Amino acid sequence: MTVTAARNDLRSRMVAFRPPWQRATLVPYVLVGPALLCLVTFSVLSILVAVVVSLTNLDIGGLANYGQVRFIGLRNYQTMFGDPAFWEALGNTAFFVIVGVPTLVIGSLIIAIALNFSRSWIFRALRAFYFVPAITAIVAISLIWGNLYNSQFGLLNYLLSLIGRDPVQWLTDPTIAKFSVALVAIWRGSGLDIIIFLAALQAIPPEYYEAASVDGATEWQKIFRITVPLMRFAIFFVTVTTLINWMQFFDEPYVLTRGGPVHATTSMSLYIYQQGFSYNEFGFASAASIVLFAIIAVVTGLQLRARLGGDA
Amino acid sequence: MVRRRATPFVVGALLAAGAVLTAFPFFWMITTSLKPLAESYTYPPSVIPSTTTLNSYLRLFNDFDFGRYLVNTIVVVLIGFVGLSFVAMAGYAFAKFRFRGKSVLFMLVLSTMMVPIQVTMIPTYLILNSLQLTNTLVGIALPTLVSAFNIFLFRQFMTTIPDELLEAARLDGAGELRILWSIVLPISKPILAVGGVLTFITGWNSFIWPLIIANDQQNYTLSVGISLLSKQLAINPPLQMAGASLMVVPIVIVFVIFQRYIVQGFTMSGLK
Repeated sequence: MTVTAARNDLRSRMVAFRPPWQRATLVPYVLVGPALLCLVTFSVLSILVAVVVSLTNLDIGGLANYGQVRFIGLRNYQTMFGDPAFWEALGNTAFFVIVGVPTLVIGSLIIAIALNFSRSWIFRALRAFYFVPAITAIVAISLIWGNLYNSQFGLLNYLLSLIGRDPVQWLTDPTIAKFSVALVAIWRGSGLDIIIFLAALQAIPPEYYEAASVDGATEWQKIFRITVPLMRFAIFFVTVTTLINWMQFFDEPYVLTRGGPVHATTSMSLYIYQQGFSYNEFGFASAASIVLFAIIAVVTGLQLRARLGGDA
Repeated sequence: MVRRRATPFVVGALLAAGAVLTAFPFFWMITTSLKPLAESYTYPPSVIPSTTTLNSYLRLFNDFDFGRYLVNTIVVVLIGFVGLSFVAMAGYAFAKFRFRGKSVLFMLVLSTMMVPIQVTMIPTYLILNSLQLTNTLVGIALPTLVSAFNIFLFRQFMTTIPDELLEAARLDGAGELRILWSIVLPISKPILAVGGVLTFITGWNSFIWPLIIANDQQNYTLSVGISLLSKQLAINPPLQMAGASLMVVPIVIVFVIFQRYIVQGFTMSGLK
């Protein structure tokens, strides 16, 4: 008998002596059980509940007395597609995605390449400054920016006055407010994207650059001929995750403007939240959330497909 | 050659300028929180306060209930660590056991990462409501108790633990719990640090669930308490900034101490 065989034999005999809950066959299920229970309850079960609730008229009255809840088929969806506020929220979300995602992906990539430019301690110390906004609480961040944006005593308008500009209604002008809210989200979102890009940059073998230097390549050539092509996967990954995040855009408009002025910053997520928790129309809000989920799933699916189709 | 040697300085200077701009809102937060109320309205605004006072911080605890919010937040974070132990167990099982349905279950875990919070918001509220857990701290912590991403991180790390080590312990008659506790967990310290820091950040910053689940002041966390201060925007900037500092400063301290681990955690998230 080989050593391995002997060990296996011994092991199976020992297993047989153990009480049933300790047997190797059950152990993994016991280990994954609690975690899976939580995940399944709050995501898989949640989606099913959302689909079912979206077909009902569940509201605050129905919550108190489930007997009042009726299946109303697709009426929530019909009402929603006829609601101008829904289309406005969808349009706002598209605006945020179009402004936010390219700015974040390209901006973070540039900053990450710059941060990776030298290995000196100064560059490493500078990193922390760019990371911090990503890990601080959105509520706190919104208060700070609300203060900076304040049209009467805010610092930003004061700085504008120094160069002879009129004060800007950062959060009260419907068009400007969209950009103001997006700016805070860009500032906050950049840290995470920079971290991911930096990780990818550090995985590029330094020999590539050394070889390029020997051949007399300039820094720009190195960036565009070596760095960017080798970063294709990281750029793809960051684009997909950033896009998903921005399609779910919620925190900044909720805390900075509550979706105002006149719905100008109401994103899809905020629309869902308001329908659900301000008006207690749980059925209607669930229908809206299913639509948002479908949009995210389709967009993400298309991206994955484009990538797989395009090889690379 | 001269140009090439100058480049790092130019890049460094640009980065430093960017870093100052990025960090400025936090600097502004701290200085404003130390200003007396009257000075916070002066025009032009003063960047460095002429007189400093801790009055706003004291008001948070005396006139508002921030002591309670702080305790609640800490409780929510601690419940999060219970979740982290579930995560460690699951990660260990996915890394080191063969069992029927393993790959299906792991795919299930990964797929939950793609479900947006807006879809789960209302059902989760309904589920917690039917469990009578709305308006409790447990209810606030439950929806984010187990992070699928953390399970993934733990699995990735624990796969590198040598099987021989676990086999040897089994031959010596150690029970599975004992193996997890005295062999697997000590080896996994680096990933426990990553998971611990991420769990702390998630729990501490958690906003939307406390907002939805806590209806009663008694169960407010810091983030909900601070969002109430924003309703007083025109009234008291130093008070708001003191509240913001109370939330931000502990995170920054944790971040500075554990920066290496956080970056590592995000790194593993991104590219494996």
